[in-house]
Amino acid sequence: MSDPADDSIRTGADDSVRPDTGSPLLRAEGLVKTHHGEGAPAHAVRGVDLSVRHGEFVAVTGPSGAGKSTLLHLLGGLQRPDSGSLWLDGECTDAYSEARWAVERRRRIGIVFQFFNLVSNLTVADNVELPALLAGTSARQARAERETLLAELGLENKARSMPGELSGGEQQRVALARALVNQPRLLLADEPAGSLDSKGTREVMRLLSRFHQRGQTIVLVTHDARLASAADRAISFFDGRIADDAELDRAPRRGTGLSGVLELKG
Amino acid sequence: MRLPLLALLAKGPAHGYELKQDLEQLLGAAYPPTNVGQIYVTLGRLEKSGLIEGEEIAQESRPNKKIYRLTDSGQEALRAWFEETADEPRVRDEFFMKLALAPRTGLADQIALINKQRREYLITMRNLSKLAAAEDRDNRISQLLIEGAMLHLQADLDWLERCQEELEELE
Repeated sequence: MSDPADDSIRTGADDSVRPDTGSPLLRAEGLVKTHHGEGAPAHAVRGVDLSVRHGEFVAVTGPSGAGKSTLLHLLGGLQRPDSGSLWLDGECTDAYSEARWAVERRRRIGIVFQFFNLVSNLTVADNVELPALLAGTSARQARAERETLLAELGLENKARSMPGELSGGEQQRVALARALVNQPRLLLADEPAGSLDSKGTREVMRLLSRFHQRGQTIVLVTHDARLASAADRAISFFDGRIADDAELDRAPRRGTGLSGVLELKG
Repeated sequence: MRLPLLALLAKGPAHGYELKQDLEQLLGAAYPPTNVGQIYVTLGRLEKSGLIEGEEIAQESRPNKKIYRLTDSGQEALRAWFEETADEPRVRDEFFMKLALAPRTGLADQIALINKQRREYLITMRNLSKLAAAEDRDNRISQLLIEGAMLHLQADLDWLERCQEELEELE
């Protein structure tokens, strides 16, 4: 019997089953990256084909050491592949210089990291406004954007605080505001809840979902299935390769729905 | 269902429909709609075993309703319930047997089984997230029930990951 779930299975290489809505926001072909450190070379990414549509929220999950962070770094130009190609909005990035990537990360790509990476001697407000100013936004506009975002993230009272005075969850919200201040087409998130407690994790989940609902394209790398479940597509990454690629936004296969997992027995 | 009903009656007498409402209010959207028929059947059984006793109350223009109260032995059963610890959760044994036996049958691939199972868990996880988001944030009991289900699923997913790591090495 054929499983209707199989209709939703996609491998990165197969674009045929996807509705054609112009070129994907992100497309990777044959990405390979090997780390040469001490000891044997580590094959972090071993031939990845991937396509992300505009407005999609994709989670990449897998055990630590599977290479998923390296993959994310390749997608954001933080590392360069040994081979393979990457297209951003239909434009091939293979010839991009470091400087060009830096510009892209200001304009078209926002990134949040596990450890927030805020500038510790700048206020929250300055941390958020800095990328806007660097991208050539006027000081007035940058301030307006920052005020909107901080209010949105429930941080309006923290604008004058220093990052060190904030909780981990608050720092990650500031990092999110900073990543989004230039309204990037693509948001990359690398274990954004990796150093947060359960409450902070839920907060990050809620915010990512909210921005996604407004059309933000997100690629999230996480080992946390709860966080991944906020996405509408999950890629399982094992040993440098895509092991599975599945749509999550559908009803459970069994008719029982959620009652099975929530069943209470007296 | 038996002991939760006894527990709901511990604070005072109630009729079947009130108990259904109490349960729904306590557990919120996290709990599947309770079948009131099942509650009446359970109350009947509890009455037969002497753990509760019912009293018919005549109502004008409506059928009589039956108010139940906890008996002393019901109180005792409830005490014993709180005294015991609950059973440990079990590994998803049916899936495990599929995984263990697949290679001998030649009918299914272990990694494909894992991938398929993972998808199902992730979809359920997503639906739980949505349920948690839709549920009243102040209903702590309901939120905790959903979070419990999510943490169990997370453990199952972690375990699938371990299975995949081990079995892929063998391939």
